[in-house]
Amino acid sequence: MKINLAALLGGLLVAGALQAVEAPAPTKLNTTADHSKFKELQHEFASGPEVTKACLTCHTEAALQIHRTKHWTWEVINPLNNQRLGKKNVINNYCISTATNLGACATCHVGYGWVNSSFDFKSQVNVDCLVCHDTSGSYKKLPGGGQPPVKDTENPPGSGKIVKAIDLAAIAQKVGKTSRDTCGACHFFGGGGDGVKHGDMDTSLASPDKEVDVHMDATGLDFTCSTCHKAPAHDVVGSRYMPTGKDSGDAHMRGKVNKSNPATCQSCHGQAPHKAGAQPAKLNQHTDKVACQTCHIPQFARGGVPTKMHWDWSTAGKLSPEGKPMLKTDAKGHVIYDSRKGDFVVAENVTPEYGWFNGEVTYTLLGDTVDKSNGITLINALGGSASDGRSLIWPMKVMRGSQPYDPVNKTLVKPHVAGNDDTAFWKNFNWEKAIETGMKAANAPFSGKVDFLKTEMYWPITHMVAPKEKAVGCNECHTKGGRLDKIEGVYIPGRDANHLVNLIGWLAAGATLAGVLLHGLLRIVRRKN
Amino acid sequence: MERIYIFTRFERFWHWAQALLIIAMLVTGFEIHGAYKLLGFAQAGQLHTSAAWALITLWVFAIFWHFTTGEWRQYIPTMKNIDKVVRHYAWGIFQGEPHPFKVTRARKHNPMQAQAYLAVKVLINPLIWISGLAYLYYNELEAAGMALNLGTIALLHTIGAFLMLAFLIGHVYLITTGHTVTAHLKAMITGWDEVEEQRH
Repeated sequence: MKINLAALLGGLLVAGALQAVEAPAPTKLNTTADHSKFKELQHEFASGPEVTKACLTCHTEAALQIHRTKHWTWEVINPLNNQRLGKKNVINNYCISTATNLGACATCHVGYGWVNSSFDFKSQVNVDCLVCHDTSGSYKKLPGGGQPPVKDTENPPGSGKIVKAIDLAAIAQKVGKTSRDTCGACHFFGGGGDGVKHGDMDTSLASPDKEVDVHMDATGLDFTCSTCHKAPAHDVVGSRYMPTGKDSGDAHMRGKVNKSNPATCQSCHGQAPHKAGAQPAKLNQHTDKVACQTCHIPQFARGGVPTKMHWDWSTAGKLSPEGKPMLKTDAKGHVIYDSRKGDFVVAENVTPEYGWFNGEVTYTLLGDTVDKSNGITLINALGGSASDGRSLIWPMKVMRGSQPYDPVNKTLVKPHVAGNDDTAFWKNFNWEKAIETGMKAANAPFSGKVDFLKTEMYWPITHMVAPKEKAVGCNECHTKGGRLDKIEGVYIPGRDANHLVNLIGWLAAGATLAGVLLHGLLRIVRRKN
Repeated sequence: MERIYIFTRFERFWHWAQALLIIAMLVTGFEIHGAYKLLGFAQAGQLHTSAAWALITLWVFAIFWHFTTGEWRQYIPTMKNIDKVVRHYAWGIFQGEPHPFKVTRARKHNPMQAQAYLAVKVLINPLIWISGLAYLYYNELEAAGMALNLGTIALLHTIGAFLMLAFLIGHVYLITTGHTVTAHLKAMITGWDEVEEQRH
């Protein structure tokens, strides 16, 4: 009893001593810098560049880092074929090109004030820090220069619609890491609207559930874009201009120098990712031929936002009897005809098309020869084959359409579509004028003749990874007429067979059967009693 | 009628387990080959692989059994009296003649039968097993520097499967050619064969 009492007293003393350790003061654990405490940010800002100036007082190298990236230059040289790419140069089959349309397009430039060629790309204060680092969700930029509205602004001018002013100081005090929202503010809206362009990126990824994207699952793994698209020195990796067709490397390891693209599936999952399930070894054997995405993204546009699959510019410009531009919508309210843009086909839960892809992309650029009589013009031809050893079978969104070209010079054209002027197509509905302006700005010849040709653009699909239970099953490819029916150069059991061996085999088996049946029949017939 | 015990318990187990596995593998294999839809490719593939490993295991035991018991000698090919056996199946059987070959414990297969089984064991089975294992491990083979075209592997495997199918059809029919229709079947189930007494 005495001993027990002593033990009890000792226990109480120890407990008392533990309590005496002071609890640490509350602090933020997700950052070492609370920007609301910085004097530099505790005053009103009259413009975006003023905020940047404040940022640069501490982050002295940030703007110069941005200057080196394609987020800033909108220009990149593909080292594989020396093509000059980037938004500044490419032509697509959505809104076609940025050229004279920067007022609209450059709202998504990570800078302030790019409306024409006079923009100063050397200016550090023209870098827009907030568009990527806002965490408040209230930051926005206006078309026509990409400036934030510091006072209530009518937009578009003359429309009567007022965009409320935003408080730049409050936003600046809350800056932080990039998020699905900040990247998504532009990338979800590529092609001019939610989900239009990519098919695997739209606002459903802002806060997705596991069904839509296992990695970004907001209540689960909660990946941001930069979890995969890591950005050393602000240079975001994983570019669509120079994608990785086949990553044959192992998963990246801390401390181990690895220069391969850290945004591939393999850079985390390695080459033998299947550990459980019925036949993990068999599934792992697929990784030398089949991209992870092919099985793990059974459909794209899975989050309830449709993507454009077809865009026919040749029907644009039809006006109502009153001479007004028209909008037609489908049963769900999605626009399927717009006088400014032509006919659309939009779709959700789209099963991808499939093709070999080795990471090489060759664009059809301004000046390249195109001809209607050559059939479909490929906006971006993807390299790859079963035999080059560098390709995997990838899922693709194939954007199809019809767009204007110059039938005399046989080139694609850069029409001037957006703008409040006499030649912008969206205002005047005159292709000749719009193209003349656009081509003049691009320093390219234009014959004055306009025709339309069919184009296709390929978008390897990589986002919206489904839960593994929803991955594409064996039976969907290992069959005749399955998902990979058109894939050439590889033997797919269940789809392929040697017809001669089949013929001889079944004949031999059939002949044996016929032989024994005949033999048996003879025995029956010949049996006495 | 004389009764002799020709198929031991292990031999019968081996035979019937093998029969079941081979039939299962033919059914699933030709589905994998795309000949028809029954279980679905995934299920068929899984069953086919599981059955393959079961059969490989069974085979390891069977080979061990053949060598420890000396039963492998049953398959030593011989041409002796083969003409009589061929004549029996081509003619005598229709006349109700008795089989010219007398089953004994030391020689339980007639010369034609022994040759057929030997062909299965040294030609069809190795073709199926080697191509089948290559089918399962073609990535590993490629990694080891022995790059094989999956189409070629599949082709060889399919040829093996057709040969096995033809053998199975013939084999099943020949069960009925004992002195009664079910005599051979009974022997394979009970182990005991009824042999007609040698006529003097």
